[in-house]
Amino acid sequence: MSEHAEHVPGLAHHFVSMEQQKEAGTVGMWVFLVTELMFFGGLFLVYTIFRSTYPLGFEYGSFLLNMPLGLTNTIVLILSSLTMAMGVHSAQTNKQGALQMYLIVTLLLCLVFLGIKTVEYRSKLHDHLFPAYTTYNPAIKEAEPNNHHAVPQALKSEVRTFLWIYFLMTGLHAFHMIVGAGMLVGLIWMARKGKFNDVYNSPIEIGGLYWHFVDIVWIFLFPLLYLSGYHLNVGH
Amino acid sequence: MEIAAQPAETQEESVNYLNVNHTVKSWLLTLDHKRIGILYLLSISLFFLIGGIYASLIRLELVTPRGDLLTPEMYNRVFTMHGVIMIFFFLIPSIPATLGNFLLPLMLGAKDVAFPRLNLLSWYIFIIGGAMMMYTLVSGGIDTGWTFYPPYSSIYSNSQVTLAGVSIFITGFSSILTGLNFMVTIHTMRAPGLTWFRMPLFLWGMYSTSLIQILGTPVIAITVLALAFERTLQIGIFDPKLGGDPVLFQHMFWFYSHPAVYIMVIPGMGVISEIIASMTRKAIFGYHFVAFSSLAIAVFGFLVWGHHMFTSSQSMYQGLVFSLITYAVAIPSAIKTFNWVATIYKGSVSYDTPMIYALAFLGLFTIGGMTGLFLAAMGLDIHLHDTYFVVAHFHYVMVGGQIIAYLGGLHFWWPKMTGRMYSEIWGRISAVIIFLGFNLTFFPQFVLGYLGMPRRYHAYVPEFQTLHVLSSAGASILALGFLMPGIYLTASLFFGKKAEANPWQAYGLEWQTASPPPLENFTYDPVVTHEAYDFDSVKEIQEAREKVAVTA
Ligand SMILES: [Cu+2]
Repeated sequence: MSEHAEHVPGLAHHFVSMEQQKEAGTVGMWVFLVTELMFFGGLFLVYTIFRSTYPLGFEYGSFLLNMPLGLTNTIVLILSSLTMAMGVHSAQTNKQGALQMYLIVTLLLCLVFLGIKTVEYRSKLHDHLFPAYTTYNPAIKEAEPNNHHAVPQALKSEVRTFLWIYFLMTGLHAFHMIVGAGMLVGLIWMARKGKFNDVYNSPIEIGGLYWHFVDIVWIFLFPLLYLSGYHLNVGH
Repeated sequence: MEIAAQPAETQEESVNYLNVNHTVKSWLLTLDHKRIGILYLLSISLFFLIGGIYASLIRLELVTPRGDLLTPEMYNRVFTMHGVIMIFFFLIPSIPATLGNFLLPLMLGAKDVAFPRLNLLSWYIFIIGGAMMMYTLVSGGIDTGWTFYPPYSSIYSNSQVTLAGVSIFITGFSSILTGLNFMVTIHTMRAPGLTWFRMPLFLWGMYSTSLIQILGTPVIAITVLALAFERTLQIGIFDPKLGGDPVLFQHMFWFYSHPAVYIMVIPGMGVISEIIASMTRKAIFGYHFVAFSSLAIAVFGFLVWGHHMFTSSQSMYQGLVFSLITYAVAIPSAIKTFNWVATIYKGSVSYDTPMIYALAFLGLFTIGGMTGLFLAAMGLDIHLHDTYFVVAHFHYVMVGGQIIAYLGGLHFWWPKMTGRMYSEIWGRISAVIIFLGFNLTFFPQFVLGYLGMPRRYHAYVPEFQTLHVLSSAGASILALGFLMPGIYLTASLFFGKKAEANPWQAYGLEWQTASPPPLENFTYDPVVTHEAYDFDSVKEIQEAREKVAVTA
């Protein structure tokens, strides 16, 4: 049996070398992201089809969303991508303090995003806009013309489809954010124990890949969901 | 470990992956790809048995024209459970999760797959999904057909559709994890000298299969999840009553489920390449073409799903395009078949059990593939759609193709997996019985379908009885044929002759280590110096390796 590669810290026994292990991790994450892309891809297809089937319902449904909160969340996520990238850089240049700091800031930004998302979801539930059979009961525009959460009677069903797609897509995205938060907690814990340095840092790099992917999904979700009906505000 | 250098008699006592540890815990927490392969083998055998029992019930009901054995309601549940269990819990994991898991690192000269923990996780996910499906089954089953078309599945069905949907959603992740693991392992863990074009064709098959698994499975996962929401929350995108589009479900379902046919058959093709090369002692004719045709099937397979919807309000022009691409996807399959035949030509063929399966595969898969072209023709499909012709066609591909190849592969690598030789006589007899029983079961169904017998009916007009009785008679022969390997393979574990490292004198790294292999696969660092299927070099490689082991 060969004796090489027995005592390298962080090297699993079935890999020949650190480079091979790192390459496997990176390729693995890219393949995983392709899978994720197809996951969201199915929903983007659903979005496209129903937007072309129900253009008015989608415009109106989009108008019901809270654009400023969505925009804030977009900025929060872009910032978190920046701090994550800085974290990766700190690990590669062996700056332990900076690495921990950037990871913690990224986690905080993630929590801010999830907090804002919760506020949005709650207000939808409060306005009877969650599209399940028992909970969907929006105010009707014809009866309450000044209610900003009211829906025209004729669009009630179409708006419901939009809202379901909104909850499905943002819900799946939020789930990925929660998984990402768990991942960040793990990375921070490992970083505090000083596991990462300029030689061994692939978990940080691979975690960064995941994080950027989740961010970029939101970059597509924001305009498609929040901006397609925003021009209706002009009338108000 | 110098054991490898010692004579064969003492080698048998050496530590291998099976005898290194005997506790149940060591199996349930194993990270060894070989043991995980065995765990999968045991689990899918159980599912095959259950799916087979449902198949027997179908064939028993159809012996008489009147529905007298099962109620119509019950019959719906029986054929649905047969399809769901056989497809999601047997055929899809069959070759990749068992033979693939066992062989892929061995063939690559690696110690394990890239992510052993994910590999074990995939088995646990499979078991959780399978347990849910078993619960679905005992709590009433499902009656929608394995295709789950809404609005039937979304509102009208009064069965466990939600539970089955969640079960398939969960099981999908085990398939994704296996695909991901294989892809990364092939990319990053090939032994020195093992270039892409020196890889055994089985690995090209595994790679192409993994590609489909990672690209297609997420789409069906999200689709069945949406369907589960549709039933539980009455909130949806498929049910027209809720403003949804039922044809959209069909699109999303077949976007996965057509390529899934190739998840089921490309691994089988990989196995056949290995068997034919070893049993004719010739390199596969046109290696590059066979390798690339696997990839071509995987890629073009994603562009043909609409051929399931010629009668579902799809536009005629769309249908034309799907029909055309479906014809095109037959080309790579034909390339493989021609190349296998060309390989056998003037080879020194030995008719051991694996080769009988391989020959059966060639004939049956050809019939299965060619009848697929009948169905790809739009006009003819209007007549044949949803008839027994379709049933016969896909059973020729899935049973005649995949299961036959799976059994061939199981026999071929059985000595490697268990260290024991099975009874060659019984192997050959049962292979022939399976071949005959299979044809008697499914060939009459082509005729039945052509004459207009619809699928999924529990009663039929009396004129069809003769053909149905023939089919049921064939099914009982087939069932006998499937039981036999279960018996003599199990018996071989106790009474079988001990297997040598390379009982077939085959080429390939998996044969250049002990049977069964040691825990970390090789007692030396494998290096590949020859092209694939270079049978002349087998002896030379072995001698060179032993010389190195002695001096070490
Ligand atoms: Cu198809």
